[in-house]
Amino acid sequence: MQKGMDMRELEYPFDADLILSKKKSLKRRLLEESGSFTEKRIAILGGGTTSDIKQILELFLLNYGIAAKFYESEYNAFYRDAVFDNEELIKFKPDIIYVCTSNRNIDAYPSLNDDSDTVDMLLKRETDKYMAVWRSLKERYNCPIIQNNFEMPYFRLLGNRDAYDIHGRVNFLSRLNANLYEYAREHEDFHICDINYISADYGLKEWSDPFYWHMYKYALNVKAVPYLSFNVANIIKSIFGKNKKGFVLDLDNTLWGGVIGDDGAENIVIGPEESEGQAYTEFQKYLKAHEDLGIILNIDSKNDEENALLGLDHPDSVLKKDDFIVIKANWEPKDKNFKEIADSLSLLPESLVFVDDNPAERHIVRSSFGNVSAPEIETDDISHFVTAIDRAGYFEATSISEDDKKRKKMYEDNAKRAQEAASFTDYHDYLISLSMKADIKAFEPVYMARIAQLTNKSNQFNLTTKRMTQDEIEKVSADDTYITLYGKLTDKFGDNGVVSVVIGHIIGDALDIELWLMSCRVLKRDMEYAMLDTLVKRAKEKGIDKFLGHYYPTAKNAMVKDFYATLGFKKIKEESDMSTSWELSVKDHKDKNTVICVEE
Amino acid sequence: MTREKLYEELNEVFKDVFDDESICVDDHTTADDIEDWDSLEHINLIVAIEKKFSIKFNMGEVNKFKNVGEMADNILAKL
Repeated sequence: MQKGMDMRELEYPFDADLILSKKKSLKRRLLEESGSFTEKRIAILGGGTTSDIKQILELFLLNYGIAAKFYESEYNAFYRDAVFDNEELIKFKPDIIYVCTSNRNIDAYPSLNDDSDTVDMLLKRETDKYMAVWRSLKERYNCPIIQNNFEMPYFRLLGNRDAYDIHGRVNFLSRLNANLYEYAREHEDFHICDINYISADYGLKEWSDPFYWHMYKYALNVKAVPYLSFNVANIIKSIFGKNKKGFVLDLDNTLWGGVIGDDGAENIVIGPEESEGQAYTEFQKYLKAHEDLGIILNIDSKNDEENALLGLDHPDSVLKKDDFIVIKANWEPKDKNFKEIADSLSLLPESLVFVDDNPAERHIVRSSFGNVSAPEIETDDISHFVTAIDRAGYFEATSISEDDKKRKKMYEDNAKRAQEAASFTDYHDYLISLSMKADIKAFEPVYMARIAQLTNKSNQFNLTTKRMTQDEIEKVSADDTYITLYGKLTDKFGDNGVVSVVIGHIIGDALDIELWLMSCRVLKRDMEYAMLDTLVKRAKEKGIDKFLGHYYPTAKNAMVKDFYATLGFKKIKEESDMSTSWELSVKDHKDKNTVICVEE
Repeated sequence: MTREKLYEELNEVFKDVFDDESICVDDHTTADDIEDWDSLEHINLIVAIEKKFSIKFNMGEVNKFKNVGEMADNILAKL
């Protein structure tokens, strides 16, 4: 396990008061009970007091397996800290900068006598202030930025007119937000923390209780802080590739009403005729919409498979058989099926969200794996599933790569390959029959997002588990002292997209391989051999004599413990923490790939 | 609620907020007596007490408490 537990206290829907009053003991428990954490440095540049926001963000991040070190600006020093030289922040080297501002930081609102040019000028001045902050941060620190948008004002001088009159604060803040969004659309690694939405969700009146501003300079109700911090934690965990990857769904009373085995397919409750059926239809539509994001759907149901398929064949069922990658409908325990689903997708159980109306089943799956999320619903009413899943932020979409959209097809293609493999007695013959083609080249701009995503998502086939942001990827790609390779694999069943990444640092006559990873969906396809062959070629061109490889053990990457041995490297060092170093003489290498046609 | 009972519950809040099982507050306890009790933690204490007793303090009250005794008087008057 990368971390030993998910603390239920920190899973949505959480008890915000409890988190606030017990934050110290929660932190102690998280640190005691969990295994290894990814370390990240997070700078919070605030427009108000941020102490609790930071402390509770720390808890949610620990729960996601991220141990954060913080830089916290002085009260309302966000502008100064961002725009001017700041030695302390430079030394801190932030991985993420969170600009935590609010409508309390607006310098000047329009007054009723201003003409429209003056209002435009005020809007531009306010926008420019933040643009200066982001540009300076980007230039100085080159790391992802998270920026609060603006929550609506807690009073409306013009009443409803405030929304559309250019002098209204509601109108002014809405226009300012639109400017923020335009910048966000044009800049990767810039993320909006939508406090406008979460304050509305929480209740704006309570959220903006001015007591907390006047007493402590908190721009929000302290009781709402866990909701803000949770939202920020979700953005951060997504940036570092810790989103969930799919659903495992129950059928009876989850995707439709009734028990299909007892009631018969014609009597299940789904479709527009009555209220309950409408709720199931709406939930199915919500799940189906995830497919476009590359979130995969699977079934884990106690049913005869025949009945399960009859239900999906129901004319009112939005989800059809083809929407699912793995369907397990049988009488085995749900946790056993769950594990098999994860295994056949080459995913870890914790990457999948378990959705079941039955609290007992949720409990079984959760307790079998410890860190699988299984959203709770109020009053067993499935119409609350959408809210419960949505607010939990499992799939926070900080980046949407082209590969995400195609992911479902890739999992389907894999299922077909598995079938085909079974028909061959000789594995090498099977590999040849796949007619594989690979592009193995230095990093290219179109793939930077995918490459960064892979460095953050790959846990199992990952020698050093070095996590990198897109900015860092772009930097090494432009640096002559690095050799970078991405590998993209296609076969007769389809395009797997970019599946392997290697980064080597040239030090004298040696290439120090800082990162070598591969997506588990192309295991045992000899892709690693093709990568090595090309790496050797590139190295020879640069006059490199030897490769240095490293294996740093984590809770998840045992499968590559002896990876370098299989490539012909010699072990040169073994540390007490089981990490190893390996060496390969470049001139002794003979091409190993015989099954993939490579374009370089 | 008796003053004794109030102190029992109040003490639980202090233990939670400062994560210190050894805390035992009385009428004379002030912020100087508890290591982590600074102005930033004060807000957490106030929020936790409000929740525990289902009451609200106003700004003037929060600023005026000189010790836990005054706080207890104020809570008792609200219950």
